[in-house]
Amino acid sequence: MSRRTSAILWGVLGVLAVVLLWEGYKALGPAEGVVIGAVPGEAGSGVLILPRTHDRAMPHVWDMVARLFAPTSGGSTPPLWVSVLGAAGLTLGIAAVGWVIGVVVGGVLGALMQRWRLLEWGLLPWIVVSQTVPLIAFAPIVNSMGLQLGRGGGFEWPQWVSVAVIASYLAFFPVAIGVLRGLAAPDRIHLDLLRSYAAGYGATLWRLRLPAAVPYLLPALRLAAANAVVGAVVAEVSIGMRGGIGRMLLQLAGQASADPAAPWGPTFGAIALGLVAAGSVALLGLGLRRYRRGEATA
Amino acid sequence: MSHSIRRRLGAVAAATAASALVLAGCSAGGGDTGGDSGDFEPLTSIKLQLQWLPQAQFAGYYLAQEEGYFEEEGFTDVEIVPSGGDIVPQDALVAGDVDFAIAWVPKVLGSIEGSGVELTDIAQVFQASGTTQVSFKDSGITSVADFEGKRIGSWGFGNEWEIFAAMAAEGLDSTTVSITTQDFSMNALLDGDVDAAQAMTYNELAQLLETVNPATGELYTLDDLNVISYEDTQGAMLQDAIWADTARLADDPAYADAAVRFLKAITKGWLYARDNPEDAAAKVYDIAANAEAAFPVGPVHQLWQMNEVNKLIWTGGTFGLVDSAAWDKTVAGALAAVNQDGLHLITADPPASAYSNEYMQKALDELAAEGVTVDGAYTPIDVVLTEGGQ
Repeated sequence: MSRRTSAILWGVLGVLAVVLLWEGYKALGPAEGVVIGAVPGEAGSGVLILPRTHDRAMPHVWDMVARLFAPTSGGSTPPLWVSVLGAAGLTLGIAAVGWVIGVVVGGVLGALMQRWRLLEWGLLPWIVVSQTVPLIAFAPIVNSMGLQLGRGGGFEWPQWVSVAVIASYLAFFPVAIGVLRGLAAPDRIHLDLLRSYAAGYGATLWRLRLPAAVPYLLPALRLAAANAVVGAVVAEVSIGMRGGIGRMLLQLAGQASADPAAPWGPTFGAIALGLVAAGSVALLGLGLRRYRRGEATA
Repeated sequence: MSHSIRRRLGAVAAATAASALVLAGCSAGGGDTGGDSGDFEPLTSIKLQLQWLPQAQFAGYYLAQEEGYFEEEGFTDVEIVPSGGDIVPQDALVAGDVDFAIAWVPKVLGSIEGSGVELTDIAQVFQASGTTQVSFKDSGITSVADFEGKRIGSWGFGNEWEIFAAMAAEGLDSTTVSITTQDFSMNALLDGDVDAAQAMTYNELAQLLETVNPATGELYTLDDLNVISYEDTQGAMLQDAIWADTARLADDPAYADAAVRFLKAITKGWLYARDNPEDAAAKVYDIAANAEAAFPVGPVHQLWQMNEVNKLIWTGGTFGLVDSAAWDKTVAGALAAVNQDGLHLITADPPASAYSNEYMQKALDELAAEGVTVDGAYTPIDVVLTEGGQ
């Protein structure tokens, strides 16, 4: 069996295991879940420690799949999977823009910090702190700042730009750190060799530091892709941008009492989105294969 | 028929731009606006901000567009802007992004006091409150007084003030009633996480009735539920109203003129919805299903919504006029309400400019002169809901 077929086989087995786990718990678990500390006669008291298993809380996997092929909004509207695909595509596009901004900003910051130690001391703590700002608080601020900027400058600030900016805010962090560590990775002896050739900073960067940084860079780019997707989805929900997968999920969840399988469509879409984003970055790694010595598989 | 509004607008604009401009000139110069047509260029392009996504709740506005009533009143380009919760209608109006906005009265009263903006309710479309508190029959909750010691679901985001106003009238507060934030599905009630859940007659109540009762295998029915309508309590507040910019109404005669023409058009839209509920619901569903990322609930749900919304509009009063008693009750409730965090919605009476019947009355008079009458009542239809409303 070739490596490729065994990889596919393991992938299918993994999905099957999740389906079995879901249906198994649904079949065996209590319909109303397990609640501890409930006071009889008092609604909503106690803590739910095992989830409910009835059809509204946990629809059957086949119902979720069947729902994907039913019309999104009844009548003659397109099947749910088509709407999901459209929404996921939009979010992916915005996340990609955010990823590119994040990679550029993170790359520049990382390179600057590596070049001048003083900058590293001054900037690095702020970069770390920046990631502790809660996104749901930050996203509406970015959006309203953008809108005000647009009003003042006489142009229209589209909502998706806010979403991309927020996605880039999450994406730049691993890149900045990866570049900082990666550019500092070459051995002293190699740096000394280049110095003995009288190579300047530019030549050292291009011929030594960047190739040496690849094993640090690729995992950072993958992390950035995942962060950009998460950032885009959360930002969409938090500023209420319509059209993307996050907002679609929220909206269908609001109709979930009568149509519990519907929100699982965009949920699958979000999963596919993450896979596509990570996969695209992996493709990038193929072109850089000869530099990937010693990379930890992430 | 499935076409996007935008495409239709484009076609209409292209085909009728010239003739509609002439029409606009006629309607402004034809004595409709009190003969001050020489002082201004009539507005032909306006924007209306909704408070949610396209659904039958806003049928009258979409029908005014679909049936060409806006063009009859001299508008060539009317954009109806949905909100997915991202846009607060009164904020968009204050910022000048739109010309008119649909919003609940208590929410705007809060904005007027909170940020000192000046907005005027120029038409009270919904005359009655559609908010209810729904519980199962066996809970024994049949009135607001029964909330004591119970866990009560509420949406927040300014949708909750009727609950607190009704509780205040019963002498209840958040120390005696446990208030829980619920989402827009009805799962909190179905799973027993709350004793009574907040629901609009035209939306969440229907969602509940579109859900299968696992005990019977059939859909839940109203016989399974106790429905407390806030309209019957001291907490009732006025809801969907059309808001305009107060200062602009006073200073800009073209805007005041556009307001009257706009109200005439939407009155005709709502009359259409009253007299043809099935057709109106089908048209709105069609628009919503084709709108970008609106994901409306299915056609049967929209028909239910159309029917319930009509009941809130055509209550026997005159369409669109603010009933001063209902207004005073809303203000009294807003003053009395204290939420679970101890906050008040408003602490002083709103300014007199907060509502005006001047424009609506003018619109009604002009409609009457044109032979369009808005008297008559709505005859509710029977809507049989289906699972998921599809």
